[in-house]
Amino acid sequence: MVDLNREPMPRQDSKQRRQNFSEVALGYGDKQAFSEAKRCIQCPKQPCITGCPVGIDIPAFIDAMLKKDMPTAARILKNKNSLPAICGRVCPQESQCEAVCTLAKKGAPIAIGRLERYVADWERNNKPGIVNTDLPNLGGKGVAVVGSGPAGLTAAADLAKLGYRVTIFEGLHEPGGVLMYGIPEFRLPKEIVTSEVDYVVSLGVELRLDSLVGKLFTIDELLANGYDAVFLGTGAGLPMFLNIPGENLNGIYSANEFLTRINLMKAYRFPEYDTPVKIGKRVAVIGGGNVAMDSARCAIRLGSDEVYIVYRRSEQEMPARREEIENAMEEGIHFRFLTNPKLFIGNEKNWVMGMECLEMELGEPDTSGRRRPIVKPGTEFVMDVDELVVALGTTPNPLIASTTPDLETTKYGTLLANADTGRTVKDSVWAGGDVITGSDTVISAMGAGKRAAADIDGYLKTR
Amino acid sequence: MGNDTHPIKHTQKLKKERHTCERTAEMSATSPNLILFREDLAPNIHLLKVNAPVISEKIRAGQFAIVRVGEKGERIPLTFADWDEKEGSITLIFMQVGTSTHKLALMQPDDFITNLVGPLGKPTHIDKFGTVLCVGGGIGIAPITPIVRALKAVGNEVISIIGARGKELLFWENRLHNISDELIVCTDDGSYGRGVLVTEVLHELCSSGRQIDRVFTIGPAIMMKFCAEATRPFDIKTIASLNSIMVDGTGMCGCCRVSINNQTRFACVDGPEFDAHQVDWDELMSRQCTYVDEEKYSMLEWQNRRDKPV
Repeated sequence: MVDLNREPMPRQDSKQRRQNFSEVALGYGDKQAFSEAKRCIQCPKQPCITGCPVGIDIPAFIDAMLKKDMPTAARILKNKNSLPAICGRVCPQESQCEAVCTLAKKGAPIAIGRLERYVADWERNNKPGIVNTDLPNLGGKGVAVVGSGPAGLTAAADLAKLGYRVTIFEGLHEPGGVLMYGIPEFRLPKEIVTSEVDYVVSLGVELRLDSLVGKLFTIDELLANGYDAVFLGTGAGLPMFLNIPGENLNGIYSANEFLTRINLMKAYRFPEYDTPVKIGKRVAVIGGGNVAMDSARCAIRLGSDEVYIVYRRSEQEMPARREEIENAMEEGIHFRFLTNPKLFIGNEKNWVMGMECLEMELGEPDTSGRRRPIVKPGTEFVMDVDELVVALGTTPNPLIASTTPDLETTKYGTLLANADTGRTVKDSVWAGGDVITGSDTVISAMGAGKRAAADIDGYLKTR
Repeated sequence: MGNDTHPIKHTQKLKKERHTCERTAEMSATSPNLILFREDLAPNIHLLKVNAPVISEKIRAGQFAIVRVGEKGERIPLTFADWDEKEGSITLIFMQVGTSTHKLALMQPDDFITNLVGPLGKPTHIDKFGTVLCVGGGIGIAPITPIVRALKAVGNEVISIIGARGKELLFWENRLHNISDELIVCTDDGSYGRGVLVTEVLHELCSSGRQIDRVFTIGPAIMMKFCAEATRPFDIKTIASLNSIMVDGTGMCGCCRVSINNQTRFACVDGPEFDAHQVDWDELMSRQCTYVDEEKYSMLEWQNRRDKPV
């Protein structure tokens, strides 16, 4: 008899969690984890493995869990995924492994992400020593990995496991990229990122922080100084703005700035930490993705009275994960759909005090497949706000492309690279993650890092 | 945050212990961010020479660093005042204003700056322009110096104008005297040199009929704004180094955005130098004041914490 009762995720109560930055999803207890694992029917087709961008042997790790062999379960995870505690928290499993689970047809897929988190957390807390200390040595061939976000960490870990000498160059003072500056503590505790990074370092990867490639070293200098290949996992760090009047008024943040202040610089603990962030009374976040949800949920936790998500399409078109939209709604975030800002209004001291908006309606689907928002003329109205966060998305930072003349970029600013292998048009240079796709998920960046690492290995073996 | 467990930071700690015994040239080459030398130039103005061999090889005039003191510190941008590739050092000069610069001012030789990243920003466009005026006001005297040197090195005639509120706040007069063709020193209170604002000297020189081909200005925004106004009627291209608030300094956050000819630009990656005649100075000045209240509060809280007996 197939059990269709998916174990719910225990979460912090919405009233309570509005007051803190502690993790919202608390993770399965032992009993829940085993009861969920038991639901897996170990079907012969194993569609979940192909649904996973990094190809984790999901049925095998669940089976190991049921046999109470947690070290083996952890080893199976880490065999394909160097950052399971992160993926178990932030992967959109509902559109990947869980979407293709045989039980999904009956509306109750195995909660693979929650089980992954459970195993990864067990491993972190129990340190069973599954780290492979007997790594091959490939005669000192070196690979430089630029950026320590999900793509870079994955490529670095895979290459180190294959025996390469790997150095990660990170421009910021902390490793982790978007995992550190972008995703808030309440979704992904930074302690977990640090511990996953420590694992990658334990594989022999050298980590050079405060080293901005494109300024401190060019790609050609890396290739001329002991690195046989370069992997660019530099992400999409350049914030987009609306380019409408008043956007440079005080009190208007890009989501990148707002979140970097809060997450990387810990402004939510100001003045214990030195970096401040403004706490508006009425805050509007413009955009409908996960970053918009993260920004709004940060604002409510900082103590803002009213927080609005302003989105130009309707709820159905929102690109954020369903779970995050629901979390935001539970926490009392207001949603203004089919609304688009036209201009920002400042007071006499150049602080934002309002936003003139237009109502929108939906037309025919556009290239993204979502219905195109169309302005309803004459519908202008003003929203009183004293703080704004623009969360429209990001494009790659042009720094590396502009200092590496023989790389090619698309009109969107992304690097041109083979989608399967990550090879760029420049010899010995690979790229993967948001720098070639534009803003995408952590796991797709990790998948790209993995594929590029395999291709780099194939290439370097022939040399 | 488990930062103390970070392998890189561990190594730095170990190296620091070794350094307290004996510092050798070889050791300092492997100890980035070690403070080699400190000088108090004026009340609340300090100079730190920091071991940074890799960075020192890459810097060009006009570029800046971001430093952070302590695991709870802010990232603050400071334009390089000097560097020495042979010695592998960089020199930063700063004024004690808020919590972060007060923390930096506590640093002594053999201490480590927690984080130092650079060189950031675009270098100054250096060319043989002819006769160039370089105006440095207050703490801006420090970053104008490498620009003067670079301009001089390619054969420009360089007239430097430096100013401060009073005599006690002036520094590097000799250094600028040695590398400029002419040096004019001003103080607001008339305690030394000419008792006028630098912008007044600038205006005099522009209207003297003397051929002036370019002006560079670094200092408080209000001073740079009036430098721009002084040269505008004479149509002399004027370059200003903008000191907007930054977080990452690598083009990621947009905190430092400025309006240049009505277009939004990021001071950290598109600048920090821009055509002074195209800068929206009032916007820059109002954005610089974003955290005035928080800065005061932070300072108070920090002082309270420091004053508490351990």
